[in-house]
Amino acid sequence: MDSTYQKGKKGKKKNLSESKKDRVSAYLYIAPFFIIFGVIGLYPALFSFYLAFQKWNGLGEMSFVGLNNFKIVLEDPLFWKSLYNTIVIGLIGTAPQIVIGIILAILLNVAFLRFRSFFRVTIFMPYITSMVAVALIFSVIFSDHQSSLANYVLGLFGADPVSWGTSEWGTKIAISIMVFWRWVGYNTIIYLAGIQSIPNDVYEAATIDGASKFQQVIHITLPLLKPFILLTVFFSTVGALQLFSEPTVFLGASAFTRDEAMTVVMYLYRDAFKLQSFGTASATAIILLVVIIIFAAINTYLTSGIGKKRRRG
Amino acid sequence: MNTAAKKRKPSMGKVFVYLFLTLASALSLFPFYWMFVMATQTSSAYNSIPPTITPGNLLVENFQKVLLQIDFFGALWTSFLLCTIVTLVVLFISSLAGFAFAKFHFPAKNFLFITILLTMIIPPQLGLIPQYFLIAKAGLLDTLSGVMILFFLNPLGIFLMRQYVSDSVPDELIEAAKLDGCSNFKIYRSIVLPIILPAFATLGIIVFTAVWGEFLWQFTILRDPENYTIQVALASLSNTFNVDFGMILSGVFWATVPLIIIFLLFNRLFISSIAEGSVK
Repeated sequence: MDSTYQKGKKGKKKNLSESKKDRVSAYLYIAPFFIIFGVIGLYPALFSFYLAFQKWNGLGEMSFVGLNNFKIVLEDPLFWKSLYNTIVIGLIGTAPQIVIGIILAILLNVAFLRFRSFFRVTIFMPYITSMVAVALIFSVIFSDHQSSLANYVLGLFGADPVSWGTSEWGTKIAISIMVFWRWVGYNTIIYLAGIQSIPNDVYEAATIDGASKFQQVIHITLPLLKPFILLTVFFSTVGALQLFSEPTVFLGASAFTRDEAMTVVMYLYRDAFKLQSFGTASATAIILLVVIIIFAAINTYLTSGIGKKRRRG
Repeated sequence: MNTAAKKRKPSMGKVFVYLFLTLASALSLFPFYWMFVMATQTSSAYNSIPPTITPGNLLVENFQKVLLQIDFFGALWTSFLLCTIVTLVVLFISSLAGFAFAKFHFPAKNFLFITILLTMIIPPQLGLIPQYFLIAKAGLLDTLSGVMILFFLNPLGIFLMRQYVSDSVPDELIEAAKLDGCSNFKIYRSIVLPIILPAFATLGIIVFTAVWGEFLWQFTILRDPENYTIQVALASLSNTFNVDFGMILSGVFWATVPLIIIFLLFNRLFISSIAEGSVK
């Protein structure tokens, strides 16, 4: 590759010293990223693997404990509880996002729509607020109090008030709603970009062939949107498994002492910075990495079937 | 399909489309409105049945209580400083590297580029603990520099910049500049940079909003309330057991209003940035 390149350059009447200069420049220009990555990306990641096999309180000596940290974490019911919480919240919070996001994007793209940019802006707006702000706003809407807005609305339907901040399902549902609210507009925008990249003549041809709007969505929009759906499913899965700020801020002072909404990252954080058990926290980080890879792979595999199945049916 | 059916069908569809979108818009906006209402009410207003849904007149009083709890403007300034510096550094690093990947030939180029893409997969939590100790060792714990260093790492930036440079900077222009004896860095500064400014807006918005809203790392590094960013400061508002909702939401309100104004001014740019950034 090297020699062909030089020959090519010679053909363009370039001398060797200049291509050398180019090479030096190029390496210089990409160096900052790799230096930063080495110091604060790669080294810490590798060090986590090392730390996962050590017992360490952050101050004293480390001592090698083999797989013991993994054993401690995997035998801790609270870890499994946190993994369960993360998956449940992730599922309720992100799966509807994808479906509703696609519907919203399709509707935002219909030809006759007026106030298009108004709808687009308002649906996207939750994304610009920070998750901390969202968690605080929703902690008021979903407060435990009988008269909180969420409980009042439930009351209108004849349901009993829920202790949103302390009950097993109350916390999970409230946090899922926050996640859904903030991200659905974001996904909508990505799908809208995807829909707009589909050439119009495909639809025109389908219309001429007598396909209804609904058939066009099923047979044209969805299959062609697949790369975008895969992308959002991947990012939603990874993001959901890394959930931290929403439950932490929503639960406030009691965030690390209760387990209804403790997520894996909160469990990790608690081990490290509340209990000074950095070895088990690192082991948790590695377990989380494995979980993320598995879930991302499964979800990507499942989603890649979307267009095919629909087309067959 | 006869004409009558054709006429009736779309109108039913139209009603559905508008109904669905209006409902979605209302649900999107409502929490913002509720935040404003609570920011203007006494804490006891949230105890009333039915819940108060009209603004009161305590917008200023509640905010004064916030100012007693946290250094609101200090935290806002810290966040602003953090995001601005991070954005500028990321733009510089990414555009330079993007330029190199787009316009230079060098050994291991593809391998290095793929490596950069792969770094995106490493979840931020994996390195959290060693990163914390690195920052501590460097004496940067509880400082703004300690927070910002982590955000300098931005593989997506290089990816976007490479795409943009190879799409919009013609090779001939660079060749010509070289014949005129321009150094590579001068080519970057006076030819590439002006052409890719629009991409700076896109990447800048993505980086700025991401850093602005980040919480885990800021929360881990910053301990002294004096150094809090706005996210950590806001989170600290709810850290007592007897919470004053009027006060909390007033803090959130005043921290969100500037964002909303900036967003409404540049919403086109925001939305296209996010779409571009995620779609590549």
